[in-house]
Amino acid sequence: MTSDPPTQVVAGGWHFFSAQEAALVEAIVDRIIPADELSMGGKEAGCAVYIDRQLMGAFGASSRLYTQGPFLPGLPTQGYQGEANPAQRYRTGLAAIDAFLKQRDGKTFVELAPAEQDAFLTAMEAGKVDLPNGVKGPGFFGLLLQNTMEGFFADPVYGGNKDMVSWRMLGFPGARYDYRDHVSKHNQPYPQPPVSIIGRPEWLGKGA
Amino acid sequence: MTKILPRKDVVIVGLGWTGSILAHELTDQGLDVVAIERGPWRDTATDFNIGYAQDELRYSIRRDLFLQPAVETMTVRNDPSQKALPMRDFGSFLPGNGVGGAGVHWNGHTWRFWDSDFQIKTNLTKKYGASRIADLQVEDWGVTGAEMEPYYDQFEYLAGISGKAGNIKGQLQEGGNPFEDPRSRDYPNPPMQMTYAPTLFAEVGRSIGLHPFPTPSANMSRAYVNPLGIAMGQCTYCGFCERFGCANYSKSSAQTTVLPVLMKKSNFEVRTDSEVLHVDLAPGGKSARGVTYVDTSGEEYFQPADLVLLCAYGLHNTRLMMLSGIGKIYDPGSGEGTVGRNYCYQTNAGVQVFFDDKNFNPFIAAGALGQTIDDYNGDAFDHGALDFVGGAGINCIPTNGRPIGTRPTLPGTPKWGSAWKKATVEGYKSTLGYSSQGSSYATRNNYLDLDPTYKDRFGRPLMRMTFDFPDNDIRMSNYVCDRMEEIAKALGGKQYAVSRRKKGWDSVPYQSTHNTGGAIMGTDPKKSAVNTFLQSWDVPNVFVIGASAFPQNAGKNPTGTVGALAFRAADAIRNQYLRNPGAPLVQA
Ligand SMILES: Cc1cc2nc3c(=O)[nH]c(=O)nc-3n(C[C@H](O)[C@H](O)[C@H](O)COP(=O)(O)OP(=O)(O)OC[C@H]3O[C@@H](n4cnc5c(N)ncnc54)[C@H](O)[C@@H]3O)c2cc1C
Ligand code: SF4
Repeated sequence: MTSDPPTQVVAGGWHFFSAQEAALVEAIVDRIIPADELSMGGKEAGCAVYIDRQLMGAFGASSRLYTQGPFLPGLPTQGYQGEANPAQRYRTGLAAIDAFLKQRDGKTFVELAPAEQDAFLTAMEAGKVDLPNGVKGPGFFGLLLQNTMEGFFADPVYGGNKDMVSWRMLGFPGARYDYRDHVSKHNQPYPQPPVSIIGRPEWLGKGA
Repeated sequence: MTKILPRKDVVIVGLGWTGSILAHELTDQGLDVVAIERGPWRDTATDFNIGYAQDELRYSIRRDLFLQPAVETMTVRNDPSQKALPMRDFGSFLPGNGVGGAGVHWNGHTWRFWDSDFQIKTNLTKKYGASRIADLQVEDWGVTGAEMEPYYDQFEYLAGISGKAGNIKGQLQEGGNPFEDPRSRDYPNPPMQMTYAPTLFAEVGRSIGLHPFPTPSANMSRAYVNPLGIAMGQCTYCGFCERFGCANYSKSSAQTTVLPVLMKKSNFEVRTDSEVLHVDLAPGGKSARGVTYVDTSGEEYFQPADLVLLCAYGLHNTRLMMLSGIGKIYDPGSGEGTVGRNYCYQTNAGVQVFFDDKNFNPFIAAGALGQTIDDYNGDAFDHGALDFVGGAGINCIPTNGRPIGTRPTLPGTPKWGSAWKKATVEGYKSTLGYSSQGSSYATRNNYLDLDPTYKDRFGRPLMRMTFDFPDNDIRMSNYVCDRMEEIAKALGGKQYAVSRRKKGWDSVPYQSTHNTGGAIMGTDPKKSAVNTFLQSWDVPNVFVIGASAFPQNAGKNPTGTVGALAFRAADAIRNQYLRNPGAPLVQA
């Protein structure tokens, strides 16, 4: 909430996830954003690191949101009405996924083949798996999807979007601030590569 | 223990767009003015820093500059039979917070409403008969377009609006909006340079007989010095505009058009991080004594003042009136009471046209850079054979290519996986979007009151919003969607998709921060909370400034009209009210 600049997230170690949770999240983000000819996968791009750090902050704790009760079931048009904050939802949601799969397949998510992982996530998204402990599949999948996309497309300063991979893929020039010389060049590709808030990879280490 | 402070001539609640205008005008009059602002101080160099202003996650997704629901939210439901629940996170609309208010992070589409909007009930009744509006609760504003014109002019020159006049003193102007009311002179700045998508949209619109024109914009098309002597820079089309503060001094806001002069005045003071809890009334409730506010350490203060101006944003103005006992809260059952009445919104819908062979460079953009077609707005077209009243502006204003939020894909695309990725890359640069911004007309059961269950952090009731799109407005929106489909066909992409507006207002996806009504202006104290100078009927030394005064909303963004009403109220206070302070300007 202050006007300070953001601080660079440095990968390495997990702040919120246990090692097991981290492995599961890395496997999930790698199915949501698989490695293919267009880009690296969500894991290599840093999406799990991004989520880990977000869950330690204001987002994970819902500290900016209205969190007073009573917590009543509402209509979808009234928005999320649960009591659990994102940090709590990840903790119970991830545990529920592995508990469910162990029971059904005798394996954890990480141990499934990619096609099986996709089939499970598809069913979870569609509300077709009954996760334990009252976890609602579509709701938790929606949270995972939203956060994975945030990590992939946000500025790399937050720990995802490694080397501005998603911006290069789309042709989004990133944190540039002056396009006056290109406004009227209709239908012509913008010639410059992206920059991030912290600069460009090739600049790193070259400053004082 | 409440600390009692020295008296001031004027206390202003909220230092956003309207608060800063009123503060400037009344300090010019020589009055001693204090503004009390709930959020922090904000300034361009420190808070909209060019080194990291371009941060989509922080400003657009996590919404650093906005009001946080933990501080104040409201409960929502679609009709009185439902249980209202709190918006635990804001979604459909995003109120502002801090000096500059929502003006810090607005887009800057700056419109004038028309005489036919102001005299709506009279006009529609005369043209189409009273039965056409029988299901609605539309009201005349009590002012004419001609009366509003000088105040629109004042706001547009203060804010340096970039645009092209369509009608100067009755003479139609080539390239402007032929449907607008006469204006006394052209905009202070020429239109912005057009990007590709709106250029194509305008060409195709014109080819099918419509009348596109550049959207009037508060993003500067060139360097500008406003009548207060404050300089602004040319917009750089950065594409980090709405939801962000402008790091270039190119978007008009209190920061770039008023505060540099206001803050230097010895008879002005602002207290930030201080939330006004209520207006204190004298015994009998007919006059205000001042306001009570609390700072971030929980310390409570009483600020006595002769004149109280609520400039806290329409929704917050309305709640503050309810919490202070100013006027009677509206009851939809009996139809009695005025505070909370005629809450309206905006009836929007959208179209996407997908191309193979075009590159729109969506990231080259500004909050209000685009083209508008008003052929189907308001009463610009004949409704004789139609089954609704009202209309919509059709806007091609691509504001950004920020990729967390802006990733258009063909209908039916999965949300993840390799097929999603391929479609995302294909759609990113080659999709043209436009939308209809429709009028929102009042009905008996769309209103604001206090929630019986949910409380704010001080234990006081949240405001409760009961709203759904009236059937009339849905029919209007469908009609305009049909017209938008005609444009889509003429554009000739490989495919197009229309998102129509449906019943069941959804509080989750962003629609617009154009909440209107709740303390509406008018000539009848039984139906309006304020007179046409925005003075409370019930407590005449309180003025309530903002879109809360709109009896209903037009198919246009509100702030041009909010700014004009602010100047009109200031004029009335300076030239009429102060001659006989505390007296009503209009006899009930
Ligand atoms: C993303 C976005 C885009 C927009 N785009 C457009 C657009 O293109 N065109 C358009 O016309 N409009 C637009 N708007 C709307 C526009 O910003 C508002 O209409 C305008 O700012 C209203 O001015 P105001 O003075 O009424 O309120 P604000 O400018 O919001 O100022 C109100 C101030 O009061 C303060 N306040 C509230 N409650 C209290 C309290 N209890 N005590 C003390 N202070 C308090 C708030 O913190 C705030 O600073 C947009 C809004 C948003 C959020
Ligand atoms: S688009 Fe223009 S007005 Fe908007 S923030 Fe960028 S430079 Fe400022």
